[in-house]
Amino acid sequence: MKTLIILTSIGLVGLFSEIFRIRKILLPVVFIGLIAAIATAVGDWNTNVSYYNDMMVVDNYSLAFSITMIATTFLWFIMSSGFFSDDSNNSDHFALIIFALIGATLMTSFNNMLMLFLGIEILSISMYILAGSNKTSLASNESALKYFLMGSFATGFLLFGIALVYGATASFNITQIAAKIGTGDLQSSWMLYTGILMMMIAMAFKVSAAPFHFWAPDVYQGAPTVITSFMSTVVKTAAVAAFFRLFIHTFAGQPHMWHTTLWVISALTIIVGNILAVYQTNVKRMLAYSSISHAGYMLLAILAMNGSAGSSLLFYAIAYSASSLASFAILLTVSGATGNESIESFYGLGKKNPFVAVMVVISVLSLAGIPPTAGFFAKYYIFATAMQNGLTPLVLIAIAGSLIGVLYYFRLIIAIFRDGDNQAVTPAPLFKVVMVVAAVIALALGIVPGLVVGLL
Amino acid sequence: MLSVLIFLPLLAAIVVAFSGANAKKVALIASVIEFAYSVCFYVRFTPTGGTQFLHSQSWIPQLGISFKVGMDGISLLLVMLTTFLVPLIITASFRREYKSPGLFYGLIMMMQFALIGVFVSLDAFLFYIFWELALIPIYLICLMWGGQDRLKITLKFFIYTLAGSLLMLVALIYLWMQTPGTHTFDLQAFYSLHLSSGQQSWLFWMLFLAFAIKMPIFPFHTWQPDTYTDAPAPGTMLLSGIMLKMGVYGLLRWLLPVVPQGVEEWGMTAMILSVIGIVYASLIAWSQKDFKRLIAYSSIAHVGLISAGVFSLTMQGMQGSVIQMLVHGINVVGLFFICDMIEQRTGTRQMEQLGGLRTTAPVFSTYFMIIMLASVALPLTNGFVGEFLLINGVFQYNQLLAAFAGLTIILGAGICLTPIVKLLLALRVQRHTISPRLSFPKKPFSFRSSS
Repeated sequence: MKTLIILTSIGLVGLFSEIFRIRKILLPVVFIGLIAAIATAVGDWNTNVSYYNDMMVVDNYSLAFSITMIATTFLWFIMSSGFFSDDSNNSDHFALIIFALIGATLMTSFNNMLMLFLGIEILSISMYILAGSNKTSLASNESALKYFLMGSFATGFLLFGIALVYGATASFNITQIAAKIGTGDLQSSWMLYTGILMMMIAMAFKVSAAPFHFWAPDVYQGAPTVITSFMSTVVKTAAVAAFFRLFIHTFAGQPHMWHTTLWVISALTIIVGNILAVYQTNVKRMLAYSSISHAGYMLLAILAMNGSAGSSLLFYAIAYSASSLASFAILLTVSGATGNESIESFYGLGKKNPFVAVMVVISVLSLAGIPPTAGFFAKYYIFATAMQNGLTPLVLIAIAGSLIGVLYYFRLIIAIFRDGDNQAVTPAPLFKVVMVVAAVIALALGIVPGLVVGLL
Repeated sequence: MLSVLIFLPLLAAIVVAFSGANAKKVALIASVIEFAYSVCFYVRFTPTGGTQFLHSQSWIPQLGISFKVGMDGISLLLVMLTTFLVPLIITASFRREYKSPGLFYGLIMMMQFALIGVFVSLDAFLFYIFWELALIPIYLICLMWGGQDRLKITLKFFIYTLAGSLLMLVALIYLWMQTPGTHTFDLQAFYSLHLSSGQQSWLFWMLFLAFAIKMPIFPFHTWQPDTYTDAPAPGTMLLSGIMLKMGVYGLLRWLLPVVPQGVEEWGMTAMILSVIGIVYASLIAWSQKDFKRLIAYSSIAHVGLISAGVFSLTMQGMQGSVIQMLVHGINVVGLFFICDMIEQRTGTRQMEQLGGLRTTAPVFSTYFMIIMLASVALPLTNGFVGEFLLINGVFQYNQLLAAFAGLTIILGAGICLTPIVKLLLALRVQRHTISPRLSFPKKPFSFRSSS
């Protein structure tokens, strides 16, 4: 709770910083605030308190994901602090990011459908604006509009779903709904059935799972790259965490109503995301498709429905966020130097800048899930968890997906060892920090996964 | 301490990577120290003592994963082979200048680290990590220092082997789930599982595919000739000399004891595939024009015989396969070294363009001849014992298959005599000009006969 208050205060400071002319100290304030937020979240560990008449429950699950997302945002701020500096709306962007983070935090700790809805909306509305924050770019505008239209459509589904679930169970409270569902009275309630399916569609929209993924590539590609990196890390983590919390805490009592459907969605997401990524020549778009496929892997944790599912999801989210952020930092560096985001701009990177090349190798290995990186252990952990619930066929599909994944991820590694032009590529010092931190996380969690595995 | 033996090459890899132009020498010194250290293990090893030098330390206790290593006879032999071949491979590359040598030799040491890890792991998860870890350095070596078509070929190689590995991962997770209590990846626990024959038969295929691709056994071999041909010489030597043994080792350590009924059921199929591989690869090898490609195909034939020996499930076959692993490692590295020497000096590997080496380089030709004959398994060479035992084993299993497997003797002779005739004897000196600078010295430099 304190975490949320601190975050809200930073957001407000950001909003008012233009009026009080404290723009220059805004960034330090944001950093200090985020650190304080992480510290309070760590302090709340193992407390498990509920707030506002059970509207929110801050348990270890929500804390772990909140910390992950706040820390990712911290890294994100390091990376993109300079991005908007020549824009007059700099402080607004910062405030919006913080508000999105607040929404994300709510999405991991809701205990009431209303809170879930609020969280998703706070997050989404901030992101609609941020996607269009490059006002002069047509692509950015298109991306924002697309995101907004599709997103509000999904929100409609979510509201319908909540209403129907309320109709069936007469409650918005997660615990009460779960108890009602657990009794088995609603075994054949069409209202609950439809409600759950509609909520699933909405959540699948938010995590960009196939066949509700069509917005993702365009939005990711059109939005400014730093915003895309935020979308594919924090926003994705929040959406998957909320998805998990909703279905495991609430609807786990009636798996026959959603399990098979989600199984198909997960399989489709992995296949579609990976196969379409192979055909991309634009690295940013490729990363967008790759983030779709990663959502598919993360859905495996929801399907697993057992004790270690939350832990495996957390591990995956951390591993994926770190490597994904690093890959966007690399993309920003390279595209900043060459002026485009195509795969050709990576040619010869090994010669031009060995440091960046090493970072490419580490983050790509982690995204592709090759030992000894965190990405491998994340995949292993989630596969093992899923197989314990008899999902071996789906795991085999996921493995086929990983193999296809190697095809396009390794294109980056191959590209950096090709012959290229002699244009210098030099990452900004702050980018280096992000890359190094992400690489350290990728290797440390790959070699000592026990750091995170035992948490949940 | 076995852990020291495992991690020394990793440490060496880091040091080598930052030692710039001196990388070769540092790598050579490190690998020689590693070899000397492994000899200590050889001396202290008691042949009848089962698994020795055990070291177990919990790694990820929540998931029953531990860092458990130890060596028995098979592991010891393969570790010795690795530590023995790596200094040789580094020495063999001394005359060549590879760009960014620090990285190149660092990756070779990294490779050694992973290979030793594979051969001593007694925990399935640890084994898998090392197994995959071995793939990355060799992939990068082939990718960065390989030949013309390296981009496509190395990707094919990587995806092929990764596909096998991932199937193996599923099998290992499945086995892990079958272990009692809080689940463990311990090899001993895998050995004492009671799996139904249905489970065993699909587990057999999951595991077998991983090993078959690595070796490679027909029809999973298509990545191999291209990769061997395109990789830089030290890469080819690592691939053929040591990495191929990972597959055979996997059969012996992880396949046969874990799913014996599966082996019972599908062993015949695996055997037939191996024997087809022998004949098929030999015939293709015979018709090769490129010397390096010829060795690559003949390597498929050899490994086919080794795996046939393993699946014969007889004492002779198993012993033969272990001996042959060792011997093949040494011979094939020698052959690829010869091939590299020829290519370096004449600029070509096409046998049609070469000839008359006997007159220009008599000493070299003698060594060449000896290694070639060892590869044919002529009596009194190292290849004979293993091949004899292997064919003996296959004969006990099935006589018809033994007849086909035995063709390897005839075909092998054909394969090996072709280069001897074309390279050493035939006088085609006019076809290419050996410039005096590139000609062979009377005594081949730095060549210690490895057979």
